[in-house]
Amino acid sequence: MASITMNNIVKKYDDGFPAVNDVSIDVADGEFLILVGPSGCGKSTLLRMVVGLEDITSGDLLIDGQRVNEKEPRQRNLSMVFQNYALYPFLTVYENIAFPLRLAKGKFSDQEIDQKVRVASDLLDLNDHLERKPGNLSGGQRQRVAMGRAIVRDADAFLFDEPLSNLDAKLRGQMRTEIAQLQRRLGITSIYVTHDQTEAMTLGDRVAVLKKGRLQQIASPRELYEQPANLFVAGFIGAPSMNFLPARRDGDVFHTPIGDIPVPEHAQGKLDKSGDLLILGVRPEHFADAKDVQDSPWASRGATFDAELTHTEWLGNQQYGYVRYEQDQDVKAKLDELAKDLDADEMPAQVVVELDASSRIRGGSQATLWVNTRKMHVFDPESGINLTRDEEAGAELTREANEERKAEIERLKTQDV
Amino acid sequence: MSTKQKIGWAIALVVVLIWSLFPVLSILMNSFKPASEFAGGGTLVPKTFTLENYEMIFTGGARDLFLPALRNSIGITLIATAVAVVLATLCAYAIARLDFPGKRIILITALAVSMFPVVSIVTPLFNVWRQIGLYDTWLGLILPYLSLTLPISIWTLAAFFQQIPWDLERAAQVDGATSFQAFRKVIVPLAAPGVFTTAIIAFFIAWNDFVFGIGLTSTGAARPVPAALAFFTGASQFEDPAGAISAAAIVVTIPVVILVLAFQRQIVAGLTQGAVKG
Repeated sequence: MASITMNNIVKKYDDGFPAVNDVSIDVADGEFLILVGPSGCGKSTLLRMVVGLEDITSGDLLIDGQRVNEKEPRQRNLSMVFQNYALYPFLTVYENIAFPLRLAKGKFSDQEIDQKVRVASDLLDLNDHLERKPGNLSGGQRQRVAMGRAIVRDADAFLFDEPLSNLDAKLRGQMRTEIAQLQRRLGITSIYVTHDQTEAMTLGDRVAVLKKGRLQQIASPRELYEQPANLFVAGFIGAPSMNFLPARRDGDVFHTPIGDIPVPEHAQGKLDKSGDLLILGVRPEHFADAKDVQDSPWASRGATFDAELTHTEWLGNQQYGYVRYEQDQDVKAKLDELAKDLDADEMPAQVVVELDASSRIRGGSQATLWVNTRKMHVFDPESGINLTRDEEAGAELTREANEERKAEIERLKTQDV
Repeated sequence: MSTKQKIGWAIALVVVLIWSLFPVLSILMNSFKPASEFAGGGTLVPKTFTLENYEMIFTGGARDLFLPALRNSIGITLIATAVAVVLATLCAYAIARLDFPGKRIILITALAVSMFPVVSIVTPLFNVWRQIGLYDTWLGLILPYLSLTLPISIWTLAAFFQQIPWDLERAAQVDGATSFQAFRKVIVPLAAPGVFTTAIIAFFIAWNDFVFGIGLTSTGAARPVPAALAFFTGASQFEDPAGAISAAAIVVTIPVVILVLAFQRQIVAGLTQGAVKG
């Protein structure tokens, strides 16, 4: 068990390109931290620096308060699960799991090794496969062997480098649950790298969002979702992602391509330092068919506008409608740049709205839509900063998540006994 | 494959087999012929079947020429192969894994050396070896053999090492291995098929060499079999030593055949399967 502290970590390659730039993260003992970001954001590099496979250009890495920058990987007592599993193909599953124990010469007797391997294989349901070679196993089984090799040694922390990206969607969901439960049960500090935001949201106590080597925001999944720090985080977290609408403020009204929206209460007084041109961020679920809300108290908490839906997608439990609009040329460059950061080509000039599954609105028809302005975020197009972010509410969400984690570890501990 | 294609391939295979095996068959048959059959004409299959050629090289007149040569060939080739494989393994590992200045130069130089015509080196080497006392010694042949076997060994092994997923080594280091332990416990077993293949190629090159063998030796102290064959003589001046030469050629081919059959499985490098997602 250990805490891991990264202080102003920088990784510069020989050509001067900073793959990781001034990242400071504190991982508490027993915490499950996710590093997430689009490809090339430096998340894997950061993980490899923690485990010791990459040199740290500058900054300090502390494990339990001890500076370990210059230590070899084997001296750091961390265990790692690789993206491609990195199993030793010439060894049986049993010997793969026993490998780290056999390397620690003289530390364990054959009996102890056997006992430890059996415990790990029980935990991971590998008992039937111990004598097989990794080449004959399925993807999920290989994944479990890799996990077994990681847990067999009483390491100070687990590091995962996109461990599920080679599995098919169904298995991924199952392994995700298994990893989450295992981590909670063992109560071991973990750092998990992924580009998949579902994994990030479901697994992490806290999620660190990286872009081009820089830390954008580190918070609980709920805080990231509800109080994103900037355009990038807002666009990266959530699927379908947040809608970004260009808006020109005129006093108390935003003029947007889909209609006029009054400036909501929580935004008032926060926008004066920025120019007239702003970007509004609204999640699809904060739209609705105006008919569905007109008689509820919600109607007064938002604004309505008329729009023509280009098409709808019915998914059974919900329905998405698409509204096209004319993109404002002044923000197009900024939004396309954001789209590139998010691994897309360009930001489509459309709004995705979540409708009730029973809604009869169809593509091509005119509809009156309602938008919940209380949940709306306003971003500065230049800096990308979220002008309406409520720091306190965000901190509260993360504090709550932290307590839930402690309670769950406690609960699982008492269950074991 | 359609039936037509299969038949086409079968025919091609038979043609290639006859093309490459017929000379061997011819030599094998010659080795069982008495000396009298070589004079004028002759048939492929010996009219009278005899072992006198084998008797001659093992116990008869050619014994003093052949047996020391066989001993030299085995000793020199094995040593040259072993040294080449060990050096090439370390060198290729560095080339595959490390980024250092001059990496390309090493590879290109190795290639250039292997392209260099052997005949043009023999004469200068003959002079140098005589000056420094390496002429007609085992070491005097092992060194030039290394220059032949090292380049190809380095190239083959470097290609092989590059295929081994680097993550395996990293995993070993995280699991608590030192760099050398990671090399010995993870890379070496994975590279074994590549090393076997390389060793066999190196062995053949050294085993089959004629030019160095004949140019840098003068007595049975270091003369290898291919060179020794050139010194075979018939029972009389007018008798062709073809029978004895054939017998000796068959004898030196046997280790090669055995090697290939024994390590066939290791040569088929399917071992990295399953290491990564596959």
